Amino acid sequence: MISAPDVVAFTKEDEYEEEPYNEPALPEEYSVPLFPFASQGTNPWSKLSGAKFSRDFILISEFSEQVGPQPLLTIPNDTKVFGTFDLNYFSLRIMSVDYQASFVGHPPGSAYPKLNFVEDSKVVLGDSKEGAFAYVHHLTLYDLEARGFVRPFCMAYISADQHKIMQQFQELSTEFSKASECLKTGNRKAFAGELEKKLKDLDYTRTVLHTETEIQKKANDKGFYSSQAIEKANELASVEKSIIEHQDLLKQIRSYPHRKLKGSDLCSGEMERIQDQPDQAATTSNPDESADTDLFTCRPSYTPKLIKAKSTKCFDKKLKTLEELCDTEYFTQTLAQLSHIEHMFRGDLCYLLTSQIDRALLKQQHVTNFLFEDLVEVSDRVVDKQKSAPPQPCQDRPLSRSLEECPIPQVLISIGSYKSSVESVLIKMEQELGDQEYKEVEVTELSSFDAQENLDYLDLDMKGSISSGESIEVLGTEKSTSVLSKSDSQASLTVPLSPQVVRSKAVSYRTISEDSIEVLSTCPSEALIPDDFKASYPSAINEEESYAGDSEGAIHFQASISPPVLDEAEEGSLENTPSQTDSSCCIGKESDSLGMPPSTPVHTLSDEDGVVSSPPQRYRQKDQGFPVDLAVENAHPSQDNTSEGFPAYELDPSHLLASRDVSKSSLDNYSDTTSYVSSVASTSSDRTPSSAHPAGPSSERHQKRAGQNALKFIRQYPFAHPAIYSLLSGRTLVVLGEDEAIVRKLVTALSIFVPNYSRSVKPVKHWVSSPLHIMDFQKWKLIGLQRVASPASAGTLHSLSRYSRYTSILDLDNKTLRCPLYRGTLVPRLADHRTQIKRGSTYYLHVQSMLTQLCSKAFLYTFCHHLHLPAHDKETEELVASRQASFLRLNLGLVNEDVKVVQYLAELLKLHYMQESHGTSHPTLRFDYVPSFLYKI
Amino acid sequence: MLRWLIGGGREPQGLAEKSPLQTIGEEQTQNPYTELLVLRAHRDIVRFLVQLDDCRFASAGDDGIVVVWNAQTGEKLLELSGHTQKITAIITFPPLEACEEKNQLILTASADKTVIVWDCDTGRQVRKVSCFHSTVKCLTILQRLDVWLSGGSDLCVWNRRLDLLCKTSHLSDTGVSALIEIPKNCVVAAVGKELIIFKLVAPTEGSLEWNILEVKRLLDHQDNILSLVNVNDLSFVSGSHVGELIVWDVSDWTVQACERNFWTQLDTQQEIKLCQKPNDISIHHFTWDEENVFAAVGRGLYVYNLQMKRVIACQKTAHDSSVLHIARLPNRQLISCSEDGSVRIWELREKQQLAAEPLPTGFFNMWGFGRVNKQASQPVKKQQENTTPCSLELIGDLIGHSSSVEMFLHFEDHGLVTCSADHLIILWKNGERESGLRSLKLFQKLEENGDLYLTV
Repeated sequence: MISAPDVVAFTKEDEYEEEPYNEPALPEEYSVPLFPFASQGTNPWSKLSGAKFSRDFILISEFSEQVGPQPLLTIPNDTKVFGTFDLNYFSLRIMSVDYQASFVGHPPGSAYPKLNFVEDSKVVLGDSKEGAFAYVHHLTLYDLEARGFVRPFCMAYISADQHKIMQQFQELSTEFSKASECLKTGNRKAFAGELEKKLKDLDYTRTVLHTETEIQKKANDKGFYSSQAIEKANELASVEKSIIEHQDLLKQIRSYPHRKLKGSDLCSGEMERIQDQPDQAATTSNPDESADTDLFTCRPSYTPKLIKAKSTKCFDKKLKTLEELCDTEYFTQTLAQLSHIEHMFRGDLCYLLTSQIDRALLKQQHVTNFLFEDLVEVSDRVVDKQKSAPPQPCQDRPLSRSLEECPIPQVLISIGSYKSSVESVLIKMEQELGDQEYKEVEVTELSSFDAQENLDYLDLDMKGSISSGESIEVLGTEKSTSVLSKSDSQASLTVPLSPQVVRSKAVSYRTISEDSIEVLSTCPSEALIPDDFKASYPSAINEEESYAGDSEGAIHFQASISPPVLDEAEEGSLENTPSQTDSSCCIGKESDSLGMPPSTPVHTLSDEDGVVSSPPQRYRQKDQGFPVDLAVENAHPSQDNTSEGFPAYELDPSHLLASRDVSKSSLDNYSDTTSYVSSVASTSSDRTPSSAHPAGPSSERHQKRAGQNALKFIRQYPFAHPAIYSLLSGRTLVVLGEDEAIVRKLVTALSIFVPNYSRSVKPVKHWVSSPLHIMDFQKWKLIGLQRVASPASAGTLHSLSRYSRYTSILDLDNKTLRCPLYRGTLVPRLADHRTQIKRGSTYYLHVQSMLTQLCSKAFLYTFCHHLHLPAHDKETEELVASRQASFLRLNLGLVNEDVKVVQYLAELLKLHYMQESHGTSHPTLRFDYVPSFLYKI
Repeated sequence: MLRWLIGGGREPQGLAEKSPLQTIGEEQTQNPYTELLVLRAHRDIVRFLVQLDDCRFASAGDDGIVVVWNAQTGEKLLELSGHTQKITAIITFPPLEACEEKNQLILTASADKTVIVWDCDTGRQVRKVSCFHSTVKCLTILQRLDVWLSGGSDLCVWNRRLDLLCKTSHLSDTGVSALIEIPKNCVVAAVGKELIIFKLVAPTEGSLEWNILEVKRLLDHQDNILSLVNVNDLSFVSGSHVGELIVWDVSDWTVQACERNFWTQLDTQQEIKLCQKPNDISIHHFTWDEENVFAAVGRGLYVYNLQMKRVIACQKTAHDSSVLHIARLPNRQLISCSEDGSVRIWELREKQQLAAEPLPTGFFNMWGFGRVNKQASQPVKKQQENTTPCSLELIGDLIGHSSSVEMFLHFEDHGLVTCSADHLIILWKNGERESGLRSLKLFQKLEENGDLYLTV
């Protein structure tokens, strides 16, 4: 049956402890084949692993009491997906590792059968022979007809990539817990229904038996009981006992701790219904009564059956299907959740990780991220992300304290020696948000941030375990994870730390991730778990801290270490390379992300650019130069961070490009982020982050195309700069043309430069053929307008000329542009027609990074009090205005019209920030009375 | 103007060069309105705007609804619907000092021959009168007596509770077109070509009845009187369809001054030709200050000095079509709106200043770019106007409405509100000021949230 017990739990092993925590300074993710998921055949790694299935899938299996382990269904339900993979065999494997006994029955010392509300166990399992690795989520469902009333099931996420399983463990666990919770909720409902029916039957049986006994009693007046009568009496007694037992069971199932459900938004609708039931049960002291009422309200059609005294459990009877066990409604909901999981974790690990990091970072900058980010999808995933918050035992500290001890600024301080109030403004805001709007719907930046950390800590945990031995296949359950994380945390304590910081961080986290706390806290059998998480949190924080330390190191490294050293580091680490890579990848990102509001993976891109090929001094210069500059004005340290991680606006993009050029020869064959050419991992450093960035294949394609067309536009039209300036400064750009396809294409391309008003609406109208109206300019910032040759177009043109002061007009047919003059320096960097960037997606990322930077400037400008309001009563407006002007010019380095761009973004930020509380209101149309010019090619 | 759009071919001849209409181009350094907010609620022409208090106004029009707005945020506060036809007059009824009910009331008259009193704090319809025989075209309130008058085919006097106190006999079928209050409990009603003075007799010890008596008819106008305003304590001004402007003495109702043909007095032959159309010389609206009366005459604007009894400045073609409403701002600026859909801001300047002022230079010509709005008409204008001591200089225009701008309202703190036949109301704001206000609000909010930290 089961081959050699390659099931080894995590244990605290000394070697881990002693193993010095020396991360290779260079993020080694470059040596990993990082690739978005591709279909079978194009993905070389899925083959490498020898997996017999083409892509990840979810398997639901059952340990049937009749036939043993058996697969029930897969998601996606497509035989092509798992191919020749032996589901039966694998079911056997996964069902066999559930060593958490879920005991149901008569515990010693208890009169009645006891239902144990066991927690699901979460196990990682690998089968090197099959090339399959799985996250296995065991759960127990109740079935009145089953042996011991339990039916063990498991859901497994099966992937060929073990690192994916390891690193996404927390996320998988969270998601599967939701699915499991849904199943179990449905099951409890169904089970309660079953019990009610059974009780009804028993009651009926009792009545029948009673009557019979009475009849016999009457018939028999000899003074002694016949054996028949005794038998009847016994039978009656057993029925009575059975009734009591079942009533007890019903009470148990109803008294299931309902607060557990709070976290599950999946079944929120049903939740209330469920929650009503215990109240009912509680108010009616007699469970029988409640059963009756339930019975008559819910199943009035049920007629009780007589139960045979010796009903035997027979093996030939048909067991209930999973759908029957749970409510159909819940079952379908679970399936939906599972296919959601399948979607969520589809693709290469690096891709997942990067997009997770990306999202986490994006969410951090919630004040500004609406401007240029395409957040529709992100916000959709936000909930998932938040759900992935790991369980915490309890709130043993008030939140306010955690706020006081908010570690983030301290972390920042550890990076740089500067400090500012503005930074804490940002952080405070975020936490405050989390504090006030406690509901799970609210996305708190902090939680996302922490989830990120958590991700990292998992990385490390897993890394450690993997590297310890290749043969270990079952890598961890929750319990064992805790042990490891303990050891790990100790290991990482080599980095000097203030424990206070660590604690508070854990606390601040804990408070936010309440929903998942309860899952574990109600679990009686796993008293270890709270400790587990207590332990693991510090570890996460330690990691974080050490990253912070590291990030300093990383910067130095960037400044001083050249590729040879990199190789050395790589060689130095003899561990499993991929895992190393993944974790260090996160570290690298983390160092980037620390407290840095404008952070998209793009940063990483340029960052790595610098690492790979830019002169090292360059970074150092930025590092020192810019912060000093800011320190004079008490400005925002996040800016410093930006400059640290990404000094690009000081850094001439041409420099960036030039540096790219240096390595161009090696970059050539993988310079397209979406190309599926397998690149030699170690040399693909330049490309990997960007390849991992796009959220999905479709949007990736979209971005690539938009970037490509924007690039084309920039190269083709010498007046691209004023056009882009118009977009950035909020002046509506009308793209006029006869050919709809061409206009649409250009509008799509240019839309990457359009700042949004809010998260929901993108102010771009791709194609209009009716005359424009003043409302349109208020609503849209980029409009594709049809030029009709017929006289009918007169109206269109008339309105266009009438409202010419609000618009810039790009005439595609005549190749002219009419718009205000632009003499700034920002747009030339954004849209350099001599750029060496060739690929659309690369350009898109370049634009994103520049715009993110711009956002951070706008943020600084918006949230510096003294720039807008007098510092004291006696200060005149003029003084404020001059301070504002000098800030814009000297500190933000803006010249001429660039100021207007930042001012416009600042207005959007203000509006957005104020509207956050009370819905959306009208955007105002802002304009300037400035003359326009006609540009021609 | 459309040259660059239509592309190629045509000679660069703008409309501006053909007509003497003054244009300003896109560079308007003195124009403070750099932000606009379009307000949409009406489904037909919006004709009336009334200010309710410092930050609210009401709009009404042909769709019969009255909408109350917040002038700062542009938020729609209330929609008052009760009329079945278009609204013909709207007036605010300020609450009595003594009265315990402090709610602001508005009166609206409609073509459905009703007058409704609204409470514009709650949106409640307070009372409704529907015993009129004709459409009420004007409403006026005599605050001193706490009565209000409605002018239709006859003139009725009502008290606050909407009891009819007294009424005149039938005056004319066309009805009263304008109604103003003058001292000594008198009102002046413009009925066709006539101005009729009525005296209101309030109840005394002798009689408890209200009464309204016709005192005098003034027959000096040649054509229908379109506008009638109180200028100061001493005089009121009326203007007629053929461009007669008569200044009357408020006490003895005699003609103080009369400007029957001021549109021709300065004109060259060419100008007279333009004035053939009577529409061009009808006086639609007046505004005034201590010394001047500003008249919207046809497409032009005229400034009539009461002391000098002559026109001191004019802009014969201030707009492309009839000027419908003008208002004076405290800072010597004049705002006009017109059927051509634009709103223009003017400044009254002494002539010498104008001469000294350099023409806005076409600095673009140096760059070889085509300037869209040429300023070619400027020199011509100057020659024409050199007989007037002052001039009206265009300092900015507001283009937003796609149809006739019916009226506007100026708020000291919140900018300008315009309403138009395109069913829209536009709130024009000073962008810089708004930006400052937003910052203020932002930091207030930050402070409320406890997110504001002060650095040393």
